[in-house]
Parts: sequence; structure tokens; C-alpha cells
Amino acid sequence: MENVLPDKSGYFGIFGGKFVPETLMSALKELERVYNRAKRDKSFQDELKYYLSEYGGRPTPLYFARNLTEKLGGAKIYLKREDLCHTGAHKINNTLGQALLAKRMGKRRIIAETGAGQHGVATATVSALLGLECEIYMGTEDIKRQSLNVFKMELLGAKVIPVSSGTKTLKDSINETIRDWVANVRTTHYLLGSCVGPHPYPMMVRDFQSVIGKEVKRQILEKEGRLPDYLIACVGGGSNSLGLFHHFYNDAVKFIGVEAAGLGIKSGRHAAPLYVGEIGILHGSKSYVLHDSDGQILPAHSVAPGLDYPGVGPEHSFYKKTGRADYFVVTDKEALEAFHFFSETEGIIPALEPAHALAYLMKIAKDTNKDEIIVLCLSGRGDKDVEIVKG
Amino acid sequence: MNRIDSKFAELNREGRKALITFITAGDPDLDTTFELVLEMERKGADVVELGVPFSDPLADGTTIQRASQRALDNKVRLKDILKLVYKLRRKTEIPIVLMSYLNPIYKYGLEEFATTCRKTGVDGIIVPDLVPEEAEEWLTVARLNKLSTIFLAAPTSPLERIKKIASKSTGFLYYVSLTGVTGARDKLNSNIIEALKAIKRITNKPVACGFGISNPQQARKISRYSDGVIVGSAIIDLIEKSTTRKAVLRKVGNFVASLHQKMVGD
Repeated sequence: MENVLPDKSGYFGIFGGKFVPETLMSALKELERVYNRAKRDKSFQDELKYYLSEYGGRPTPLYFARNLTEKLGGAKIYLKREDLCHTGAHKINNTLGQALLAKRMGKRRIIAETGAGQHGVATATVSALLGLECEIYMGTEDIKRQSLNVFKMELLGAKVIPVSSGTKTLKDSINETIRDWVANVRTTHYLLGSCVGPHPYPMMVRDFQSVIGKEVKRQILEKEGRLPDYLIACVGGGSNSLGLFHHFYNDAVKFIGVEAAGLGIKSGRHAAPLYVGEIGILHGSKSYVLHDSDGQILPAHSVAPGLDYPGVGPEHSFYKKTGRADYFVVTDKEALEAFHFFSETEGIIPALEPAHALAYLMKIAKDTNKDEIIVLCLSGRGDKDVEIVKG
Repeated sequence: MNRIDSKFAELNREGRKALITFITAGDPDLDTTFELVLEMERKGADVVELGVPFSDPLADGTTIQRASQRALDNKVRLKDILKLVYKLRRKTEIPIVLMSYLNPIYKYGLEEFATTCRKTGVDGIIVPDLVPEEAEEWLTVARLNKLSTIFLAAPTSPLERIKKIASKSTGFLYYVSLTGVTGARDKLNSNIIEALKAIKRITNKPVACGFGISNPQQARKISRYSDGVIVGSAIIDLIEKSTTRKAVLRKVGNFVASLHQKMVGD
């Protein structure tokens, strides 16, 4: 049996839905219609496949991390090298898919939010490729800490619009992108970068990202002749993790999601809505959120800008509630240590986001058996983060 | 029949249209909001809409975003706003509508919120990020407590859909005059009259029109084709520009009076 979630209304159990201003409803319905058709349309799938391989660099390797495995002394560790994708992260899988859809819908203008800037760069990239006009909303706080990506987006011909409202990070850049979309919905496609937002986004982004897990399944069977025991990935909105997990939904494989504990859960300065476990409505869907006793959304914190978000995709909330996946947290400090350790051990500089997954791996590897297999999604490379790490 | 229904019935008998004024509760503070509601009523407002501040008001333009932030900076909470309505009910019978994003209500508890609204004297609720498809639970508890559930229809909503939205709406149907977020505009959408005419043909419910309406001329024009006009950001602009409570009350009072006069047709 395949994982057929979400249901027709966009629900994963009690999570998901479409909590948006009425103005957007017809655009969401159109998107859903066009997407469902494209999903079954061989010419669309062939075009996407072509771009993913010839332009995006897929399939990415499933790399056996020998040094890491030996040093940690437990299960065999494989890394899914999404850091080797064009633009340096898994984000391109989704932006290629959605940009091709936008063209199908006759929408010539693309808008997107970005936190770390990875999704912004991936969006600017496909917009340049397909000749689409592109504007990226980015919090001024993120612009400061990810200036390299801002420069890249501009080089690619996109306009970066600073967002100085609220927390000046990812959450507010999403608000601003939604406002733009409400005003320009007839001509504009909102290219959302994670498995969040109103239906059909959580489903569609997951589907575009599920190429990750699909490849992993084939590759691990070739290399090991069996499925892995654990899949590990970091969780911000949740797109690299769900992309990895999706094709294993009905297999006896443990899913582990790692959220950002920031300065520590007790400090209140973290980005771990699944861990805290309060249900609310943010950016168009019902899911776990960080909010106060009055329902005001709380600012998140993480050293990894891509995880710095007070919400999470509804499918993850469903996985948590049903126990299909287990979620753990890793602090800024632990992630930074893993960043260094991993760079030195494997000669790969990871992005700070997957450094969270690596930190968790370092904690548990010794408790796993040598005959077990772990696959970790190395969702992006760390060039963008060297300034942060330098402090 | 709650206060909103009675008001529209009364206006209908008199051949008048509703002037609905919006302010954010607690901007700049709750005492001013209290005075403002009474002053707006004195100057001709027929219904008052109170905005519940929210950290992420994604259907609002910069004016209401800032108002919301000022109220949050003052630590205004949903329960304070409900208390304010309770206090207002000893002074006025003007219909009061709360406009709140879903999350503060959800956190409060839908049922408890609806019950408290009835007890304090709130008449209707607008939730800008709740479409009828997602509103079943809310509709049940709101009906039980005789609250009007006011849904929004937009220029991007097909007429068939507007029919459905109207059928779920009680009190009135809120027609969004433009494709965009809230905020005063110099010019109205050119299709708005046609849209209002079409909507009036498919529903018997009162239709009020808002978003972008910023001066008496626009209010008068829109009121000819609808049952009511909603003005928000233009009022909040005045609040923002005033430095004392006295100035707030005077400026808003004068503005509301000018809207009212133009709408009743001098």
C-alpha cells in the first residue's frame, strides 16, 4: 500500500488544510488541478526528469562515509549527497518542479520566501533558466547573516526584497510573500520552498522532493541488497526529511527527524515545534507551532537559518502524532561541533541545517550495531555558513 | 435575531446603508478603543468592527500591521478585548463584530471563545484566514451561541463559490473590494460595481464591502450598490498620526461624521 496522504481536502489526519484568505482559494484550486494533471502527464514528468538530471545533477550519490562510520563505531553510515545538487542543496528538486508548473499555468512571475537563502537561490536559478520574472522576500536579519546568497540571487537576475516586519526572518518573509501573492495572484506563482503552507503545497513539495528517497531506495538495494534501518534528516519546514522518508513510508525503516533546539529548549529560544507539541494554525495549515498562551506566534531561534521557523509541515505533525517518526532536538552548540567534526572527518563542509542531523547521528551511532545501516540526508553544503561559523 | 440582523433590518426600513468602522482593539490602548467605539457611534457608525491583534496578520497591509503591533506591544490579549466589549455593553447597543485570525481563537478554544463572546455581548465574528470549507466546527459553536459568522468573498471568487460563501454567512457577507491586502487606496477597483450587482442577484443576505475604501466619496459610491461599507485603514491612519487621545477622538469622530453625511446623502 502506498502512502496516499493527504486526503482530498489536504489533511494528514487532523493536520493540514487550507487556512488562507479567500482571495487565494481559486489559485490554490487551480494549482491543485494543474499539479494533479502534471503528475500523471508523461511529458511533464519527462521534462522534469530531464532538468533534474542534465541541469540539477541527479542522481546524487549515496556515499558510504567510511571515516565517519569508523570513528563513530556503530552502524554503517551512508550520506545522501544533496549538497552536490546544482545550487548546493536539495531545494532545486522542488523549484524545478514548481517552475515548470508555473509555466504550464501561464504565470510569468515567480515569488518566493527564503530563510537561509538556499531556496531563494534555487528559485532565482530556475527562474533564470526558464525566463521567468523572480522576486524573493528575505528577512533583514537573514540578509545580514547570509549575504553571499543575496549576492547570488541578484547575480541570477532576481530582485531581493528585504522584510523588516516582525522577527525579520523566515516567518515574516512568508507573511510578506503571501501578501504579495494575495495582490498579484492572477499573474504570479508563489513558489513555496518547504512542505508547509496550505494544501496542495505540503503534498506537492514532498512529491517533488521524494526523488531523494526514491534514489536512496534504489542505491541502497544496489550497494547493500537491503533497506536501511534508519533514515535521519533535519527538520525545519520538513522538505528534505519528507523527501527522504516518503518512499519508505510502508517499509520497516525507522524515521528520525532532528529539530533545532537553538540555545536549549528551556531557554525558549529554539525552533522545535514538534518537540514542544502545541497545535495551531500558521501560514495556511494546522500543525504544531510555537505560540504563546494567547495564540501569538513566537519567534524561533536557530543558528541554522533554514531551521529558524516556528512551524513545521503538517505531514511531520501527523508522523509525530501517529508515531511513524521520532523527533529529537540538537542545540546550536552541538550542531556547530558536528559541523567541525564532520568537515575534518569526511572532507565535506555541511550546511548548518544537516549539521543538526549529523550531531544527532554522533550521539546515537555508538548505540547502533555494526550490521545496521543508517542513511542521513546531507541536504546542503556549508559554504553559505562559513561566516556564521567564523562568528 | 441578534444586533447585527436588527440593525440591517432597521436600516433597510429607513432606506439607509450601514457604515461599518474598523479599528484595532488596543491601538494605541484599550481605554482609547473604548472611547472610540462610543464616539464613532455618536458620529454615525452603524456597526463597529474590532480587530484582534495578531503577530502574523497576513491579509493586512502595513497600516493594520502596525496597529496590530502597537496593540501587541501594549500586551493586549484576546481576553482583555472580550472584557472591553463587556464594559462597552453597559454603554451601547451598537452591533460589535470581532475580526480575528484563527490562531488566537483556536488557542482560546473555539467553543469557549464562542460562549464568552455571547456572554460579553459580541455579535459577530470575521476570521480572515478561515474559509467555509474549514469552518464546520466553528459554525456549530457559533450558531449555538447566536453569533453571526461573517465570511469573505473576493474578486477572485467565482460567482458559484460566492453563492456558497453567502449561504454560510450570517449577519452579512463581506465582499473584499480588491485583489490584495487591507489598506487605504486612492482608487477603487473598476469592476467593483458590476461585482456587487452580480452578488446582490444571487443572495438575499446583506452585502457589505470593504478593503481600500478611504474617503466619503468612495463610501457613498459603494453604498449605492451594497448594504454597507467597511472603512478601516483610513481610520487607523488618523489614529496613528494623532499624539493625544483627545486628538484621536476628534479626528476619527470628524472623519466618521463625514462618511456618514456623504452616505445618507446631504
